Amino acid sequence: MSRQTRLDSKKVNSELLTITYGALVTQMLRDFENVEDVNKQLERLGYNMGMRLIEDFLARTNSPRCLDMRETADKIQLAFRMYLNIQPTISNWAASGDEFSLIFDNNPLVEFVELPTDLSQLRYCSIICGCIRGALEMVQLEVQSWFVQDQLKGDTSTEIRVKFIRRLEDAVPAGED
Amino acid sequence: MVIYSVYIVSKSGGLIFNHDHNVPKIETERTFTFPLDINLEYEAKKISVSFGQSNGINVGHVLVGVNGILVNGLTLEDGRDVKEVLENRDNFPLTLKFSRPKMTTNEKIFLASMFYPLFAIASQLSPEPKSSGIEVLEADTFKLHCFQTLTGIKFMVVAETSQTGLDILLKKIYELYADYVLKNPFYSLEMPIRCELFDVNLQALLEQIEKTGITNI
Repeated sequence: MSRQTRLDSKKVNSELLTITYGALVTQMLRDFENVEDVNKQLERLGYNMGMRLIEDFLARTNSPRCLDMRETADKIQLAFRMYLNIQPTISNWAASGDEFSLIFDNNPLVEFVELPTDLSQLRYCSIICGCIRGALEMVQLEVQSWFVQDQLKGDTSTEIRVKFIRRLEDAVPAGED
Repeated sequence: MVIYSVYIVSKSGGLIFNHDHNVPKIETERTFTFPLDINLEYEAKKISVSFGQSNGINVGHVLVGVNGILVNGLTLEDGRDVKEVLENRDNFPLTLKFSRPKMTTNEKIFLASMFYPLFAIASQLSPEPKSSGIEVLEADTFKLHCFQTLTGIKFMVVAETSQTGLDILLKKIYELYADYVLKNPFYSLEMPIRCELFDVNLQALLEQIEKTGITNI
């Protein structure tokens, strides 16, 4: 019922998001001066978003709990398609199966962005890493995620690495452990 | 098709939302002569019927009015003590109004936190491994459906026993929660839900179900 009244996700112009995000990052650069602080804040912002966004994802997809990192990777891929309308490729699995990469050919967040040379330390999209971490933490998976390659820094594609740390056993809700 | 109430319990077991949708109000008024033909029990904060059920005044009902004056705990709204009024023959005949006791917010919070360990115990008592907690709890007058999300939030609906399709309703409420509670930037996680948009949309959903049935949502 709520779906009929709200904006259809496909009808939202991605440029609005791109520009708003750009405004946020430039404002933060102005407020903090230190690029490392901006990276940290963006990550935290994403973390807080992820903690809330996961409920929306679960409510819409009815996904069961993941018991394997490969399932998790598929879910993350699905989430990117739902929320950003991009489909990252999953690759570079670690031999132990607990670490993989998400490779983006294009990323709507950086559509109009050229990174100035003095900001080479800025991880412009670190909000995405935070988002992945926050969302997975709510389903009792502790992960690390970071950028390996970034198109903004001259790499051919953008690559985010996700590494499984541990399952948060104490936090697993009763009736599921 | 009656849905009585909706509850949401947070990951840590606290009641963060409750909504009474359709609780039938039972009130009976009768004129009494001296002495009273029912036994009343004077408790700490209320006066209830302990014995002598008759004409819709049942054991457990509480006294809410005397001659149209509201009863506040053990005193009348005009300051007189109820016990003294009822024991004085000169005051009779008296019109007394009884009603089924309403749950206070505190009692609701208490009950919701009771359900939490019951849910956990159920999954541990299970003879089969990997059992969920309580999903349906059925009594002769109501049915409680509980849906726990992967993140540990419990959504509960209390409905008539004949009501079906409650699992669909619970999923819908989860969607509303994801939309109107979690996307509200001024809502902090794990705190009681005071979001008007959520209330409005939940109300609309429940009314729609009453009109058209669950399968049409």
